[in-house]
Amino acid sequence: MQYIPNIIFAILLILAIGYFAKNVKKLIRNIKLGRDVDVNDHKSERFKNMMMIAFGQSKMVRRPISGILHAIVYVGFIVINIEVLEIIVDGLLGTHRAFSGIGSIYGVLIGIFEVLALLVFISVTVFWVRRNILKLARFWKSEMTSWPKNDGNFILYFEMVLMTLFLVMNATDIPFQNMNNGNVISQFIAPWFSGMSEGTLHIIERGAWWVHIVGILIFLNYLYFSKHLHIILAFPNTYYGSLKPKGQFNNLESVTNEVKLMMDPNADPFAAAPEGEEMEEPSKFGASDVQDLSWVQLLSAYTCTECGRCTSACPANLTGKKLSPRKIMMDTRDRLEEVGKNIDANSGEFKDDGKQLLGDYITNEELWACTTCNACVEECPVSINPLSIILEMRRYLVMEQSAAPVELNNMMTNIENNGAPWPYNQMDRLNWKDE
Amino acid sequence: MTIKTMEQFMAEGKQPEVLFWVGSAGSYDDRAKKITKAFVKILNKANVDFAVLGAEESSTGDVAKRAGNEFLFQMQALMNIEVLNAYEVKKIVTCDPHSYNCLKNEYPSLGGKYEVYHHTQFIQDLIASGRLKVEGNLYKGKRITFHDPCYLGRANSVYDAPREVLKNTNATIIEMKRNKRTALCCGAGGAQMFKEPEKGDKDVNVLRTEDALETKPNIIATGCPYCNTMMTDGVKAKEKEAEISVLDIAELIANSESL
Ligand code: SF4
Ligand code: SF4
Repeated sequence: MQYIPNIIFAILLILAIGYFAKNVKKLIRNIKLGRDVDVNDHKSERFKNMMMIAFGQSKMVRRPISGILHAIVYVGFIVINIEVLEIIVDGLLGTHRAFSGIGSIYGVLIGIFEVLALLVFISVTVFWVRRNILKLARFWKSEMTSWPKNDGNFILYFEMVLMTLFLVMNATDIPFQNMNNGNVISQFIAPWFSGMSEGTLHIIERGAWWVHIVGILIFLNYLYFSKHLHIILAFPNTYYGSLKPKGQFNNLESVTNEVKLMMDPNADPFAAAPEGEEMEEPSKFGASDVQDLSWVQLLSAYTCTECGRCTSACPANLTGKKLSPRKIMMDTRDRLEEVGKNIDANSGEFKDDGKQLLGDYITNEELWACTTCNACVEECPVSINPLSIILEMRRYLVMEQSAAPVELNNMMTNIENNGAPWPYNQMDRLNWKDE
Repeated sequence: MTIKTMEQFMAEGKQPEVLFWVGSAGSYDDRAKKITKAFVKILNKANVDFAVLGAEESSTGDVAKRAGNEFLFQMQALMNIEVLNAYEVKKIVTCDPHSYNCLKNEYPSLGGKYEVYHHTQFIQDLIASGRLKVEGNLYKGKRITFHDPCYLGRANSVYDAPREVLKNTNATIIEMKRNKRTALCCGAGGAQMFKEPEKGDKDVNVLRTEDALETKPNIIATGCPYCNTMMTDGVKAKEKEAEISVLDIAELIANSESL
């Protein structure tokens, strides 16, 4: 009988980790639906970026208030997780504070955890106030309704509850309070429970302990359905983020081949394809759905924290246009999830659902409003490039559908005919010299 | 104005020090042509042996690429690269950040590898090496604010060169609240220059002009022909054209020296 709690704990742990692993597999499968890109270069530079941007939060602190608050929550999260290790050991072995044998350093550690727990609680409360009372504009854009809006708050509630439980658990732990080593915060909470019998305290302590660890396991499994997934994906995403100057857009190789053929006077357009190439599918230019994007772009879609820093710097959005770079990322993720569910429902094969990212999620109007200014790319704290997705979709509109706005078609015709976006004769290019 | 083409250099069996890529705006747009000429005056003053391509120059294809027309971009690029490589061009300078970005970053993988400079970088070098002296006091006491072009600033992290050059005017330089990497776009990029904006509640250039007006400037300095047009229109929309002029850095330097 005495092993029942241990067994329940082990079962819960296995279920939670199992379900999480299942979703991680799904996540990886979905990301791999994207086109292949070569990102195996510059490993040390990439590693450095990851350490600076994700681990070191270098871009978060550009906005000092949210940056510092976020840093507290982030450090708190990582450090307090050491305590979760002890909780898991205790849960499995039926011990109580298994690590307390390490001596006075234990008190120091728990003391740090307690201080961090309080700081995290305060920071998260400030976050909540910024979102819900001060109503910071970037959290109230049109894409931030329903689930995204609730998700943002749920995460904050989760953290508040977990931190409270942690402190209550310590405050009601009589041996721990008697040890009087490390209870820097909980000693002030303990008096709230004074007058209760030892038995009641023990029940509260056990209750808090269990709800706390179950809460953590639920939170772990909540990640996949939430923007909170960024706590994991920020690392690979900053690793694979572009190392090129922001102004450099990729040159499509498939186009280079065709253009070279067109420009080569000796090329025979009817020549048979070289051996081994004839089976190749004609490539599609640009992107109309998630499978046409690169896997790094899909990874980014899952990484997006919906912070809206990009949108709050976007000139199109600031002047009331429909375009919001955050929405581009959220739409990409939502469509990718839809495609993933479709694959699950159709035993591993995608069945055409008559929908696509272009049109059903992202409209032409949004795409054409972009000035390609890179403000969104510069702002993103986790190295996401919404502009690259906008560009891929413009490419599809122009090269596959000839669906550019009329004025742009005129501009492009001019370039084709006389090498300038305006209808002037190329021979007159040097006329300014004598004017 | 002494302007020689690559063809003329070739006929003389010589190589210029640098090729001046004039760009489509700089060649045809009335306002931008003034910038082109101001820069040529500076080059002449500093005795830079430069050439232009003249009728052999064609659109870089930059704007077609940003509009999504990769075909047209690569046709333009390969055509231009053929010409540039035939003349064995090594070094290019341009007054247009869009051409700068395109030539510098997007041509190399298509076979066009050159050393590319924005004119503000080039002028900075001329001053640093003592080839150009800027001494006039025309702008002393004037308030100048500089609008970062997206394709020079964020796109290529060039923030200092234009500011360093501006210091030589002896004017007071005031930064807008959004500057350098947080600078707001003028609204022209990504082919917006050539189309009507989508529905919204304001034009981007007006919003950016408001940023500039907050600094109470006498002059808004630019480093891009498209920014120049957008900011000029913005100043007009705010009915401030009598008090505030919009000038390229090349023009400010040429004027200081009364070239
Ligand atoms: S690049 Fe496009 S989407 Fe990104 S901030 Fe600029 S205008 Fe907005
Ligand atoms: S793309 Fe980046 S900046 Fe924009 S909302 Fe997502 S995480 Fe934030």
